[in-house]
Amino acid sequence: MRRVVITGMGIWSCLGTSLDEVRDSLYTGKSGIILDPVRKEMGFRSGLTAKVELPDLKKELSRSQRAYMPEQAKYAYCATVEALRNAKLDQDYLDKYDVGLLYGNDSSADPTVRAVDTMREKHDTMLCGSGAIFQSMNSTVTMNLGTIFHLRGINLTISGACASGAHAIGLGALLIQTGLQDLIVCGGAQEVNPFSIGSFDGISAFSTREDAPEKASRPFDRDRDGLVPGGGAATVIIEEYEHAVKRGAPIIAEVLGYGFSANGEHISSPNVEGPSKSLRMAIERAGVTIDEIGYINAHATSTHVGDTNEAKAIYNVIGDHRIEVTSTKSQTGHEMWMAGASEIIYSMLMMKNDFIAANINFENPDEDSAKLLIPAKRIEKHFDTFMSNSFGFGGTNATLIVRNL
Amino acid sequence: MDKNELIAKVNACLAEEFEVEESIITPEAPIKQTLQLDSLSLVDMVALIENEFGVKIPTADLGKILTFQALYDYLAERA
Repeated sequence: MRRVVITGMGIWSCLGTSLDEVRDSLYTGKSGIILDPVRKEMGFRSGLTAKVELPDLKKELSRSQRAYMPEQAKYAYCATVEALRNAKLDQDYLDKYDVGLLYGNDSSADPTVRAVDTMREKHDTMLCGSGAIFQSMNSTVTMNLGTIFHLRGINLTISGACASGAHAIGLGALLIQTGLQDLIVCGGAQEVNPFSIGSFDGISAFSTREDAPEKASRPFDRDRDGLVPGGGAATVIIEEYEHAVKRGAPIIAEVLGYGFSANGEHISSPNVEGPSKSLRMAIERAGVTIDEIGYINAHATSTHVGDTNEAKAIYNVIGDHRIEVTSTKSQTGHEMWMAGASEIIYSMLMMKNDFIAANINFENPDEDSAKLLIPAKRIEKHFDTFMSNSFGFGGTNATLIVRNL
Repeated sequence: MDKNELIAKVNACLAEEFEVEESIITPEAPIKQTLQLDSLSLVDMVALIENEFGVKIPTADLGKILTFQALYDYLAERA
């Protein structure tokens, strides 16, 4: 089987807009969560959100290129520029070889809503402008990145709800293992505007701890009261091992295993069996023992049932092995379509810098999280293998196992 | 708005939207080449004119408005 390695990463998140900035935020336990007064004016139950800077790309991209990009495509562009640079991939290389693109994205509400508003008000579709169609399609990120960077390999958007980014990396690894591609730009992007999550707020899924935004996202904590929406974009360059060696790429880690499953039950409430199956499949395909796993980045979003069932699933699989488990969503909120990719990067930054970021706001365990080793404070630790979980609406599950190189 | 004001507003709006120097917009210059419009961004020009001047340019008329002078005249009659 061909080996799949990671040769570059880039990120645009509420914890920073470069790998160095994000590493420092993880290390210090910074929260990226704020209270947005605009959401309260719009009638949101919870105005809590991650604060993500909108990049100004006027100098980098032409007016036409920018006209087709919604906010999440701009985040993805910035993350991808950083990832390509770190992977030592320039435009000459991208022009010469077939490079693939698999990116997680599962909505583009803001441009859709704006176009509909224009149609209703003006009764003239032309007035929506030329960018509306390209901005509002689910595949907006891959169509934009593919044309900007001239990518000519596989080009697909992966829409797997909150597991989109993880599935993008996992499916990319499969395409490389089977010899269909040598190099794929993978990742996940998430819009942060109120339109995208207004109806999500409407089903009472969000924390309403508005008096203390930084305390609101508290995965695994007994007193958690819901998730906090976040966003941005994360790009991971994956590549066949020999291919990376041959071009002198920086080989930083190996994607060892990808597990997946679906619950096939409730549309929003996860179960325990599905995630357990995904974890077991990833471990089996990675060919590692549980003792080799030094850190687990949990999906845990700070919802009651989600965190409880994930804690049960992890315990089902690892039993009494003492492996640190944290959810970086305690700092970032739930980055949804982006989360599976960004959490690989967060875990990589910890692995490369010998620490495990605190599961901030973890003050009291509940019955299930008490069975896991969840550090409420940062710990200094060297580890060489981690597992990352991502689960989504509809019961889609993805697990990735990555080893340090 | 007199015609000089209209011309100044048209030039300023188009220069800002399509990110060109206002000085290259002259009455006899061809619109598409000057603003580097393709079939997609031409749609944005129609939307901009409608939003700024309240004038809808039907597709049938669009093909006849080739220069900025033609655009000024078209808008002067309708704005």
